[in-house]
Amino acid sequence: MTGLLMVVVLFLAVFAAAQIMRIYELSAKARQEREYEVTDKDNNTQGRYMLLFGIGLLVSLVWMMMTWGEIMLPKPSSLHGVEIDRLWDISMGLIIFMFFLVQPVLFYFAYKYRGRKDNQATYYEHNNRLEFIWTIVPAIALAVLIIYGLTTWSNVMNPESEEEPMVVELYAQQFKWTARYSGADNTLGFANVRLIGGANTVGVDTTHANSADDFLATEIHLPVGRPVLFKFRSQDVIHSAYMPHFRAQMNCVPGMETHFQFTPTVTTAEIRQDADVQGKVERINAIRQAKGLELYNYDYILLCNKICGSAHYNMQMNIVVETQAEYDAWVKEQKTIAETL
Amino acid sequence: MASHDHDNDHAHDHDHEHHVENFWTKYIFSQDHKMIGKQFLITGMFMGIVGVFMSMLFRLQLAWPDQKFAILETFLGKWAPEGQMDPNMYLALVTIHGTIMVFFVLTAGLSGTFSNLLIPLQIGARDMASGFLNMLSYWFFAASSVIMLASLFVETGPASGGWTIYPPLSALPQAMPGSGTGMTLWLVSMTLFIAGSLLGSLNYIVTIINLRTKGMAMTRLPLTIWAFLVTAILGVLSFPVLLSAALLLMFDRMLGTSFYLSDIMVAGELLHNEGGSPVLYEHLFWFLGHPEVYIILLPALGITSEVIATNSRKPIFGYRAMVGSILAIAFLSFIVWGHHMFITGMNPFLGSVFTFTTLLIAIPSAVKAFNYITTLWKGNIQFTPAMLFSIGLVSTFVAGGLTGIILGDSALDINVHDTYFVVAHFHIVMGLSAIFGMFAGVYHWFPKMYRRMMNKGLGYLHFWLTFISAYGVFFPMHFTGLAGLPRRYYSNAEFPIFDELQDINVIISMFAILGGIAQLIFFFNFFYSMWRGPKAPQNPWRSNTLEWTTPVEHIHGNWPGEIPSVHRWPYDYSKPGHDEDFVPQSTPLKEGEVGH
Repeated sequence: MTGLLMVVVLFLAVFAAAQIMRIYELSAKARQEREYEVTDKDNNTQGRYMLLFGIGLLVSLVWMMMTWGEIMLPKPSSLHGVEIDRLWDISMGLIIFMFFLVQPVLFYFAYKYRGRKDNQATYYEHNNRLEFIWTIVPAIALAVLIIYGLTTWSNVMNPESEEEPMVVELYAQQFKWTARYSGADNTLGFANVRLIGGANTVGVDTTHANSADDFLATEIHLPVGRPVLFKFRSQDVIHSAYMPHFRAQMNCVPGMETHFQFTPTVTTAEIRQDADVQGKVERINAIRQAKGLELYNYDYILLCNKICGSAHYNMQMNIVVETQAEYDAWVKEQKTIAETL
Repeated sequence: MASHDHDNDHAHDHDHEHHVENFWTKYIFSQDHKMIGKQFLITGMFMGIVGVFMSMLFRLQLAWPDQKFAILETFLGKWAPEGQMDPNMYLALVTIHGTIMVFFVLTAGLSGTFSNLLIPLQIGARDMASGFLNMLSYWFFAASSVIMLASLFVETGPASGGWTIYPPLSALPQAMPGSGTGMTLWLVSMTLFIAGSLLGSLNYIVTIINLRTKGMAMTRLPLTIWAFLVTAILGVLSFPVLLSAALLLMFDRMLGTSFYLSDIMVAGELLHNEGGSPVLYEHLFWFLGHPEVYIILLPALGITSEVIATNSRKPIFGYRAMVGSILAIAFLSFIVWGHHMFITGMNPFLGSVFTFTTLLIAIPSAVKAFNYITTLWKGNIQFTPAMLFSIGLVSTFVAGGLTGIILGDSALDINVHDTYFVVAHFHIVMGLSAIFGMFAGVYHWFPKMYRRMMNKGLGYLHFWLTFISAYGVFFPMHFTGLAGLPRRYYSNAEFPIFDELQDINVIISMFAILGGIAQLIFFFNFFYSMWRGPKAPQNPWRSNTLEWTTPVEHIHGNWPGEIPSVHRWPYDYSKPGHDEDFVPQSTPLKEGEVGH
């Protein structure tokens, strides 16, 4: 019944609007005007709106940067993250500069050259020098960005470290993560999805020489300052291991192994002391308190960042970065594959 | 004006005049390009309503995840028990929203409408090279639309693996309900869509190459036609690759092949597949997927070039550079697809190559933006609704294009890949720019399509509400993306770190709802004006191109007499030495006048 009523009301609303339009048009006709023709008055109003909008756009962007600047990710907690952020700042600086250069010109021109009946536009079809300038200047700027970008990319993807990286496998399945540490030999035992069964949840080949000292964990623990080489596997669909605080991300693809290496530089305990992070936690906890939710303590996290099914939005794992001593103590508590399988 | 010599009628024209039409041949199985263009537009608009409405539903979920909305249960039924949306339905909505907007609205609805309407009219042809193929291209599109909409009603729900439908998620019904019958229908629908798109594109190319009127050299083509030509070439070269990707996916789903599948255990079941790779699918998909961005964008840029020049009453600045940049963008678009795959496990060296090619696209894009702005300079701007949308397009093209410099850089992509920063980027540069171009086209050529004028006041209102809400929706998304928020999350409540983003989500959703409602103004204006709007004069915008030399009443064959021949380029606006501030292409050069 309410549905029917809604339809009737909607119909009447459209009908009424059509009638108003009709009256409006008839009155325009009576005044010998053609509604669709753009008058000087229209050009004045719309031109001013354009200018106003342009100013509003820039002001609101500045406002957003000032108000929401603090919600962004804190400074990177990995060695290569610092390098990525430096490139980020340069690129961002450049595009913000271009934005604040081009948008005002666009809206100002729209306002300044708004039409007048007694005015005539300037016939100006091309200017090779001008076009040459705005081809070559972006080309130079981009050449710099490309060279800088490629250097950074190559440093990130092929890191040179004196120390041998610690090998950890991140195993993804709908909708959870499992970490497999390579143990004392720092080499992962062979594993395949066909070997899954019973307690062997990630399909480790228990007969393989390197697998005996591997151990599984539901939380990632990393010693600070030591490079870690993550190897990724997936059991079912594509997942993506996203560790935003370390500026690290890599897809987990069924049927192949992918990897990503980085060196964590800030322990969880240290990042919790960071002024920005503390401010963030305070703001978040004020919100949570108002909602009656459990209070929050800052942690590094691993998220799934490739659509993987219904609970994609809750596929996560904690990451703890700690001192070597704390890490060693944690490793001692873990049970190896040989002990559990 | 070329003289119309009626005694000199060709037999060809007679054919057209004596063609008997009934309701079916005129409105349904029409082979007239003008009618087919309108069919594409109306179908595209209908699909647009569905796609935008879906976005409003999932914006409700994102802004107020704890609240129950009766409207959700009304529309989603069992997928929103008591008004609380099911996570699977959320994923289905974002998937179908993306599919519909990218393919059905901004590919078929935009390029299908304006290529069909404008190519014969602007190059001076009686119709498309093959009217029959043209009709077929629409009906393939119509059938694919029907199947896509039908997929919304299957028991396991529509496809929900994201509009990119990456396998294995899309290949395995065990992985999510949407990968069942819904996914099959998605693939069937897209197969038909691609077939229709290819028929259309081939027709456009052949028509533009072969059927130009006397004097219409390639260097005198309006930029709209250049854009449509290059778009059609892109479509012909890239859509078949998506077709092959879709077929292989169907084989994997139905025939037990392993093109994309290997070593999988899903829902406790071990699959026999071995040796395939999902990365192969990603390569095939994005080989279409990236040119697709320009299949969407180039027609909008073409329309904008035309509208900005006409309404600035000035020649488009740097015609040759504009054509050159279209060609450069098109060429580059084929060798940049890997920038969607930096973190898929692809060899990092390939990442370097794709970063290099991707960032190069910024150069022709910058040329286009600067040339538009210079066209406004010292113009005599007439703010028609079409002109407002075109200026809006330049603004969004710049705003969204700039963030592309970040995302195209592999090292920077690592941290913002698949976050809301990406959502903001592609919606602004591709979604908004293309839809603004489409609106500009509708407001500008409505008189040519329906012989009546749209209401200007409502057009202004529509533009400002749309423009403000568009930036209101997508600008804040950059910030949630920089906070690390992934896209395609049903709820952010599981991560306390995202709690402080909720206010921004509410703002975004409010603008989204405002923007959605603002489109009602457009639909009202469109249908009201179609039937009751004031009668259109022959050349309402005082434009130079050939379509405005045809009579207001539609006739088969477009011109009653001979097709006018062309003596100049289409951008002689405010040319010194002429009384009017426009000189139609069919006007012969004056003595001593330097032509183009």
